[in-house]
Amino acid sequence: MREKLKSVLSVNDFRRKIINVTMISLIVISSLVAIFPLLSVFVFVFQKGFSTLSLNFFTSLPAPVGETGGGMAQSLLGSAMLIGLASLIGVPWGIASGIYITEYGHGKSAWFLRFSNDLLMGIPSIVVGLFTYSFIVAPMKGFSLLAGSIALGIIMIPIVSRSTEEILKTVPEHIREAGLALGISRYRVILNIILRGSWGGILTGVILSVARISGETAPLLFTSFNNQYWSGSLTQPISSLPVQIYTYAISPFEDWQKQAWAGALVLILFIFTINVTVRFIFRKNK
Amino acid sequence: MEKKRKDLHIGDKAFYWILKVMAFGIILLLLAFFVLLFKMSWPVLSKVGPSFFWFNDWNPVTEEYGALPFIFGTIATSLIALFLSVPISLGAALLITEIADGGFRKILGFLVEMLAAIPSVVYGLWGLFVVVPFLRETVQPFLSQHFGFLPIFEGAPLGVGLMAAGIVLAIMITPTIATISREIFLTIPKVYKEGALALGATRWEMIRLSILKSSVSGILGASILGLGRALGETMAVAMVIGNRAEISASLFSPAQSMASLIANEYAEASGEMHLASLTAIGFGLLIVSLFMNSTARIIVWRVERKYRGTR
Repeated sequence: MREKLKSVLSVNDFRRKIINVTMISLIVISSLVAIFPLLSVFVFVFQKGFSTLSLNFFTSLPAPVGETGGGMAQSLLGSAMLIGLASLIGVPWGIASGIYITEYGHGKSAWFLRFSNDLLMGIPSIVVGLFTYSFIVAPMKGFSLLAGSIALGIIMIPIVSRSTEEILKTVPEHIREAGLALGISRYRVILNIILRGSWGGILTGVILSVARISGETAPLLFTSFNNQYWSGSLTQPISSLPVQIYTYAISPFEDWQKQAWAGALVLILFIFTINVTVRFIFRKNK
Repeated sequence: MEKKRKDLHIGDKAFYWILKVMAFGIILLLLAFFVLLFKMSWPVLSKVGPSFFWFNDWNPVTEEYGALPFIFGTIATSLIALFLSVPISLGAALLITEIADGGFRKILGFLVEMLAAIPSVVYGLWGLFVVVPFLRETVQPFLSQHFGFLPIFEGAPLGVGLMAAGIVLAIMITPTIATISREIFLTIPKVYKEGALALGATRWEMIRLSILKSSVSGILGASILGLGRALGETMAVAMVIGNRAEISASLFSPAQSMASLIANEYAEASGEMHLASLTAIGFGLLIVSLFMNSTARIIVWRVERKYRGTR
């Protein structure tokens, strides 16, 4: 270390200062380049989506090609149902796994579980769609709300598990010991003491995972598919906001493309509202 | 002894086993992915064999299936993305950890996280209607006019193609690489940085010697994770890559990636072999993502462990 520093410091000072200023500027510039797309996406989505957004967008079904108006009501309801059902799978499974890893896991087995969780998180979402197709859509011979929910649920599991784990890790060890020392059984300590103190944090993780899956498109393309009409049936294809945005975006019709921008605006506002609110609440709790 | 007796408590035991089954269920789920996708792609893998992955033709009508053009599309776009994204992400991570402070640091960190929160389909929409026209009308005519003699800038400026997909992917993997690099930089003990500054190093020299030099392997891990994300990214790529099974050296030419091919054709696949071939490509993606994620996680985990005692 010292040798290296010496050789560097022997260079003349002026050159070093110039290099310093240049490199720091490059760092600042590259950060601006990194952030710029975020602003651009926001500006365009607002600019192009806002004019199409009306009450109609939230309350009516898509209009046929050539007619203006129409909305994405069935997609919004579909997304809500998909997310709701996905949570029924992803939330309990994820929380249970997170609790097990922090409260009961030790050494190699905990490491291995955490590792598997990371691997599941790293599987491309389109592959989750293929997987769900193979054991739900293929045997049931049709796209369905059920299949879409399972695909999203699988994506939720590792996210919820990881965030639960992160929260429970911050609970000090002496709280567990105090509970056990009072003669309370282990599961009571976990349920009544540890979870009671951390449910806010766990809920935060769950809500963020909802924001995350609400924009997932790839796993829904061939599980829940799409539908231009209302549907509430578990075994029927159902529309969702992201799939509808995709369908409209790649269509050749300008009216539909406008609808896609409006849909993107609604989706982005939903995701950002969740992120900002949750972060604000979480920070206040801290 | 006391503890053992308590563990025998019925509620305790039930609770423990329920959690354990669910936690280990994740491993079963991973195995199920592997087994089911392999089974679904068996018709094509047994008939064509592994040469499926380097056969160059894809034609559902004549039932010819080879994955090479899509493997090319995936690797080319991901490498372009990595090439563009790594310097930018490192810059952002350094600004957040080493230069910015207080409120500015928080805002910057928040913006990078928001970059990750934008859904793929929205990036695709933006790419299709903002990036693609910009490339077609401004960037690509300029490049082909001045650097047209290079094979990578050959052909008509279409907008859609490898270049558009690479750029959109670069934006999408930047938060991944930036966030993990930031975590790596934060594990470096403060004394290293203070030592360098105390010896009279400029801020950049401190960054280069104390931070970048000691996090080379961590940065490598972060880049592999970014690459892994780029390989499997579907919607945004499907919308801007041009969807053509073609292998070309030009960045202007349309192509097709593994993930975007599946997105385009799976729902309307025409027969058992077509479905099996698409699944086999998905199986390939699964294997690659498992491999890259495990390598990268192990690297990142080792780096973080290295400094844990010294902080």
